[in-house]
Formats: sequence, C-alpha cells, structure tokens
Amino acid sequence: MWRRCLLTGMLVWLAATPASAFVAYVSNEKGNTVTVIDTNSWTVTKTIKVGQRPRGIEFSRDGKFVMVAVGDDDTIQVIDTKTQEIVDTLPSGPDPELFTQDAAGKTMYVANENDNTVTVIDLEKRARIGDIQVGVEPEGMTISPDGKILINTSETTNMAHFIDTTTRQIVANVLVDSRPRFAQFKHDGSELWVSSEIGGTVSIIDPVKHVVTGKVTFEIPGLRNEAIQPVGIGMTKDDKIAFVALGPANRVAVVDATTHKVLKYLLVGQRVWHMDFTPDEKYLMVTNGVSNDVSVIDIASQKVIKTIQVGELPWGITIAQP
Amino acid sequence: MFRWLIGTIALSMMASGALAADPVEIHIGYLGHAGVKSTLSLVQQPADNDGIAGARLAIEDNNTTGKFLNQRFTLDEVKVKDSDDVAKIATDLAAHNDYIITDLPADALLKVADALRDRGTVLLNAGAIDDRLREQDCRGNVIHVAPTRSMLADALGQYLVWKQWKRWLLVSGSHDQDKLYADALRRAATRFGAKIVQERTFEDTGGARRTDSGVTLIQRQMPVFTQQAPAYDVLVAADESEVFANYLPYRTWDPRPVAGSAGLVPTSWDAAHDQWGAVQIQNRFVKLNMRRMTALDMQAWTAARMIGEATSRTNSGDPKKVIAFLKSPDFSIAAFKGTRLTLRDWNLQLRQPILLADGRMVVSVSPQEGFLHQVSELDTLGVDRPETKCKLQ
Repeated sequence: MWRRCLLTGMLVWLAATPASAFVAYVSNEKGNTVTVIDTNSWTVTKTIKVGQRPRGIEFSRDGKFVMVAVGDDDTIQVIDTKTQEIVDTLPSGPDPELFTQDAAGKTMYVANENDNTVTVIDLEKRARIGDIQVGVEPEGMTISPDGKILINTSETTNMAHFIDTTTRQIVANVLVDSRPRFAQFKHDGSELWVSSEIGGTVSIIDPVKHVVTGKVTFEIPGLRNEAIQPVGIGMTKDDKIAFVALGPANRVAVVDATTHKVLKYLLVGQRVWHMDFTPDEKYLMVTNGVSNDVSVIDIASQKVIKTIQVGELPWGITIAQP
Repeated sequence: MFRWLIGTIALSMMASGALAADPVEIHIGYLGHAGVKSTLSLVQQPADNDGIAGARLAIEDNNTTGKFLNQRFTLDEVKVKDSDDVAKIATDLAAHNDYIITDLPADALLKVADALRDRGTVLLNAGAIDDRLREQDCRGNVIHVAPTRSMLADALGQYLVWKQWKRWLLVSGSHDQDKLYADALRRAATRFGAKIVQERTFEDTGGARRTDSGVTLIQRQMPVFTQQAPAYDVLVAADESEVFANYLPYRTWDPRPVAGSAGLVPTSWDAAHDQWGAVQIQNRFVKLNMRRMTALDMQAWTAARMIGEATSRTNSGDPKKVIAFLKSPDFSIAAFKGTRLTLRDWNLQLRQPILLADGRMVVSVSPQEGFLHQVSELDTLGVDRPETKCKLQ
C-alpha cells in the first residue's frame, strides 16, 4: 500500500515535471573527467575521460560541441555532444583556464594564465590567429552583448581589461579588488560585474565610462570575512537577479541586480566555484569543488532542491539542449 | 645660453607630454647580507640570489600592471658584509629609494631602521623572523613580511595537536637562534595543549657539514642520541643553525616522526606549493630564475608586491600616500595562500597562513580547522594583540 502510494506519487511528480531535459557537462579539475548529467532525472549519464586539469567548459554556439580547457595539457578539447567523445583539440596557448566565444561562434578568446596573454582562435579553421598582452595571470573572460568589447580579468594585476574586438587593442583598464576571477555582463549591456576572490566583493562597472560605480558586499553571520570568496556569477535573462558563488563560504548569494543588495544566502556544497542556468531558467546548477558534487537550485523558490555526486573536484559547468 | 637651455627642456617636456606622460617611477631598494648559510642538505643550499630573485619577479609583475597605470618600478640591489657600516650603506640606498626591502639579521635591521627613521623611508623586513623585532624592539618604520618564529612554531603546534601527536620530545641546538626557536615551540605546546615530555640539547662541537665518510658515523650517533626517551609521539627539533636536525629522520631510536627544523617544517613558502593559483607564480619564478622558489624568495616577492599593490590602489608615486595606505585597514595583498593577507596594526606584522612541508610535498596549511579567533583566524598564529609588548613610534 505504502509502496503503491509512493509510486503513484512519483508518477505524478514525474508527470508534473515538464519535458525540459537538458544536458549538463561538469569539468572535474582533479578527476581529469567531464561528468554528463541529465537534468530531467538529475542523474549522471556518462563520465568522459579528458586531459589534465579540466576547468573552463562551454557549449559551442551551435550546441554541437562542448569545449573544455585542459590547462596542464596546454590545449582545449572538443567533445561531440552526439557521441559524447573527444573529437578534436584547439591550439589554445599555454595553460588555458577560462574562455569565451563571440555571438556567431566563429572566434574564441582564451585566457592563458602562464604567459599574461589572451589567445584568439578561429573556430572554423581551428587555428590560433592572434595574441593580446594583458595583466598578470589572466582569468575571467566575457564578451559584451553587442560583441564589440571583450573583457579579461587579470588576477595579480587586479584589473578588468576592456579589449576592442575589432582592433584587439586594450581600450581601458579598470582596477578592481584583489584577484578578479569572473566577469559577467548584464544582458542589456548596462553593467559589467566582476568578482574578486580575495577582495571578497563583486565590482559593478559602467562599461561606457569604465569606472566602478558600486560594489556588492557580503556578510554571513558566524562566518569569518576571509572565507567569503566570490567566484562564479550567474545573471537571469531579465537582469533582475544575480547569483554569486562564494567559494569556501559554501554558499551562493542571491543578489537583487538592480539594488546590488544580497537578498539571501543559499547553503550549497563545499567550495562552490561556477554555475550555469538550464536554458528555460528554471534551475541553476553550481559546482562544489571540495564536496565533489553539484547543487541544483530552483530559481522560482530560490531553494536548493538536489545534490548530485560528480567526479573529483568539480570546477566548471555548461548546460544546453541535448 | 642658459635661458635657451631651459627653453629646450620646456619644449621637450611639452613634446613628451603630448605623446604620453612620463611614467611615475617607483624606486625600491633591496638590502641583503652577503654570503649564504651552510645547510646539512645539499639540495637546501640557498642560491646566491635567494630573496632578491623573488623581488625581481615582483618588479616584473608590478611593471606588467604598471604599464596600464603609467607606473614603472625599479629595484636597486645592495649586499652588505658583516664588517660593513650597514647604517651608512642603507642611508646611501635611501637617497635613491623610497622603500627598502631588507634581508638582515635583527641587530643590523634595527641599526638601519634607526638610521632612516627621520627620512621617512619604510623598511620591509623580508628576512628576520625574530619576535623581538615585532615586540619590545618594534619600530614604526618597519613592516614585517617574514613570519615570526612564534607564528612558525604555532603553525606546527596546531597541526601536531590536530594530529593528536601531543607528546613531544624537544631537541634543541646550542646556538642562540636555536634556543629562541625552542622557546617558541615551548610556548606553542603550552598554548595548544601539547606536552614536552623531555628536552635534550645537541651541542655543536664544530666540524664540517660534509664529509666523505659522514653517513656511517651519523647512523650510529643519532639512534644513541635519541635513546631512552620517555614515551613520545613526535620529535620536535629546534636547529636553525643547521647542525643536526636533518640527520634525525629515519634515525631516531624509537620509530617516531620528526618535525620543526627537519621532517615536517613550518614555512612561509615551499617549491611544492600548488594550491590557490600558486602553480602560476611557481612557473613564472622558474622561468625567470632557472631554479625553484624558496621561502625567502616568496617573502621578498610579497614585500615588493605590497608596494606595487599600494601604489596601484592609491594611483600615486607619493611614498607618503602609499605608506599611509599600506598601514590602513583597507590594505590587503593576495599571495597564493587562499586568503587575503593583512597587517597587524599594533606591530605591522603581515598576517599569513603557514605551510607545513616535508621537502617534497605540502602536508598541510595552518591555521588548522577549529582554532578560532574573534578577529582573524590568522591571529591564532604568533603573538596576539593582548600579549604584545610593542609600542609603535
């Protein structure tokens, strides 16, 4: 009786879940693997062996491939999403970590931590077509919604570099707090958010005037200040709510993107790194580096609803249609 | 003629101003001591440029940032011998440099600090770990980047207690700095609840550190030296003079681990440290200097980066502004230790996590989990505000 009741309950729950099955790819920094998760069943469907120290991971714009930077092998590997196997590599330059693509999916920009450069790759020809000199330890990479400006953050120089994508020249440098790791534009292009891991803040930058106009600060009762280390940022498409991963604080901050005030903190796994939304924006998945799992956050209720075990030291995540 | 010259200068200044303003120059001096200490292990023998190599890398890093802010950093390196008049050499160096990174013994550092006091030159102590420089002998113009003996001893003590190795056999050398380190280890044992079950002294009777038939003799000496000890968990050695500690691992009478000056060693940096982005600075360092990075290299790197960081934050070449910022609560520096490093305002000591390394790997990083503090967990390492004897002036 009890079993039948439970079964019926599950069936109802399954039926109630819309057929929004997406696929999440998680890079496991220590495991040298990529975990594939089905977002309908929230289960791991495959573990792909990749090169050494996989971190930055992103779908190609056409959704056919997943690209993962394997820093210790000095390359970016390309996974075919149909076969879920590695089919190619890209000439990324030494120690690639994070990268971004233009809207057309033709050009890729890679941060090379080891030699203070951003490498430009032609994705069709799979060829390296240029380098841009930036500050010490380039890390965060993003591109403005209009495609005109590439942003790179450098961790020891503590700047966000604004690079003209046509001329590939730096047009502005904005000083932010210590160890900037991740950059995210609002979808309307009105603000650039940059997280500072050691500084413990997120700087809000005016992308036209190139000045810091505000900062998101964090305070968690009972937790020492040094443990709050902002890393990954996720912004809803309507630019109303932002999520900020706080590293060893083991929490994701929910931030009102208009007032820049923290609305609440969601407890996730240990050392939370990066995140991605499901394309329908119903869920946000975040990687927990030390607890070797991924937390699923329900956007509507702003609650953590699920934890999924992945490989060793998960770092990056990307989600798209299967 | 004279007027014509002035005219030319004015014209050339205008011309260069039209192209790009001349960069703001920030001059940093490095005052080190000549000669390197002899170590028992050949692989631990410091290079001639130990320390300076770290400062040079930081100057490169500062200049990469500086090119975006129109700032240029230079390093002026001087080494002093024991017989030199260190105060005079420092005064000459201070004539061209606003900041001086020092790697000097405590007494020499105090001489320099007092000689430069009225000039406003700030010293960044990268080499001396003596607690007294931060306590009764503290100076308002000296910022301490090197950790203290007590910070190192506490970092080790926390780990040993966490590991439940609470019964220590303390063996110290017969030189002054060995005794100071033994004092710091005793203090750590008391603070964190370890028990020193017995103390022994290893007398330095002289003799060469390297001999062709050395190993046979050492293999006989060390078991005998450590026999008949009361029950203990770990042998803690205080041997900064490099006389005996590295002979102890694998040679103790009882099979016990060794820590302190050999075995598990507390240190500000290790060539094996790769967490928190550290592998990037390790790679940069090896590329520039063709050798691995030591603790002294890291301390000098951090010192020069602190000046770079404060200069970029204040966007100023004015040392007064930069120093005021360095000493303000807003200052912090990232140094690949997983947390921001800040200055203790009561004695200008840089707070920092301490690595515990065994020569091949980083075993742990202190402060250890569970050692709590109301201000900063980093203040569980070393002498804290309520105990300080420092009155800054």
